Amino acid sequence: MNVPAAWYLVLAALLFGVGAFGVLTRRSALIMFMCIELMLNAVNLTFVTFSRTLGDIGGQASVFFVMVVAAAEVTVGLGIVVAVFRRRNSTSVDELSELKG
Amino acid sequence: MIGAEYSIPAILVFATSALLILGGAIGVITVRNPVHAAICLITTLFGVAVAFIAQQADFLAAVQIIVYAGAIVVLFLFVIMFLGVDENFHVSADPLVGQRAFAIAGVVITVGGLIALMASSHWVTGATSVSGSPLAGGNGNVKQLGTAVFTTYLYAFEVTSALLIIAVVGAVLLARRERATTKEEVDA
Repeated sequence: MNVPAAWYLVLAALLFGVGAFGVLTRRSALIMFMCIELMLNAVNLTFVTFSRTLGDIGGQASVFFVMVVAAAEVTVGLGIVVAVFRRRNSTSVDELSELKG
Repeated sequence: MIGAEYSIPAILVFATSALLILGGAIGVITVRNPVHAAICLITTLFGVAVAFIAQQADFLAAVQIIVYAGAIVVLFLFVIMFLGVDENFHVSADPLVGQRAFAIAGVVITVGGLIALMASSHWVTGATSVSGSPLAGGNGNVKQLGTAVFTTYLYAFEVTSALLIIAVVGAVLLARRERATTKEEVDA
């Protein structure tokens, strides 16, 4: 018999926490994006775990859409990072402290 | 209790995926070099794929490897190489007073709350289907997932195609080098 769903849910919660900590503390925009990916993966893991527990394919379909949104988000986000780097010569989010272009 | 109730292979698979996931995640937030962080991210994504396979999500595990490790991390690495790996990424610098402490407190409260919620809810810890998940077909559940995506979630699926187009166009627009900027750089 497979391990209980709660184990995977706790693992996903820990992964989400690590990702959230990274977003809150790291300075580099690139690392922050990677931490957002960690959080998205934690949510995906939760979706799949509940999909197995409840016997509903909807959870896996949701993971599919989360992956699409993550791909789009990374594409646009890295485009923004490149555009900011051209102007500021840095990817540190602390440099982006003013609104004027 | 553990050895008696759950099969050893399932526990081993879970331990492997947990080790990969948490080790990679902690690597992402601690290493200095962004390239190493991307490698750690691949480790985490691979661990999540292992957890997917252990829970009868075969197709998603394949997509996880192909899309995440194969495309998204490569995109990360491409941008890192494109911008140049600078040593400007401070790990210890802390311009905001107490930011780290607040971050730790917030994360501990969030994760603790989540775990407490799971521990106190019977629908998580209660017994799952003994006869096995209805999702676990002989050949995996690719067919079920495809049927769901192309019938129940058809409109959402079509909207994602528009989303991807918009994202590609937006990325091209954002990363495009403007003429005026080029001229300024040449003059400078």
